[in-house]
Amino acid sequence: MNKQETNSNNWQARTKKNTINLGMWTFAWVVTTAIAAFAPKFIWDFNTLLTVTAVVINVLVGFGMIFANKKHLHGLDEMQQKIQSGAMALSLGVGLVLGCSYELLEDIKLISFEPEISHLVIVMCITYMIGIIKGGAKYR
Amino acid sequence: MKNRLKVLRAERDWTQADLANALEVSRQTVNAIEKGKFDPSLPLAFKAARLFELTIEQIFQDEV
Repeated sequence: MNKQETNSNNWQARTKKNTINLGMWTFAWVVTTAIAAFAPKFIWDFNTLLTVTAVVINVLVGFGMIFANKKHLHGLDEMQQKIQSGAMALSLGVGLVLGCSYELLEDIKLISFEPEISHLVIVMCITYMIGIIKGGAKYR
Repeated sequence: MKNRLKVLRAERDWTQADLANALEVSRQTVNAIEKGKFDPSLPLAFKAARLFELTIEQIFQDEV
């Protein structure tokens, strides 16, 4: 199994590298989001050039994170990909349906506050985690 | 889908991790295939067949 062991070691190393890469991009995105959200108010007093630069960097790093996630998914084996795609479908569906209903609640005066996108992000993240756990349990 | 993966693996004294390494999948995937909870794709089934030097039909059987 020598050749196969080498291949598998390559596969494992590649998967590990992709996971670390995704973690680093995600961390960078969180940091740049925090900078874009708080620095204009607390550091540079809403200087337009610096604020635009922070937002552009945040978007670019966000795209980096998306591509890292895509690479990570493609590197997984077929069962892991199936679990991931199930969790993503669930998260997207719940996000779309609840997001529309949430927005509607304010329009039809059932809630008095402005719907926050962060609430939707939290719901989607929780749904995604539930999907992963459910998928993992299904094939255990 | 039923399969003889567990028996074939045991005959060679391989652990699930050994087989997973050889097939370039996770150990969880090997476990799920052995238990019949996850059906492998045709390319993965061919890979297993090549590894055990058997035909696909000698490893995997359709449950009718």
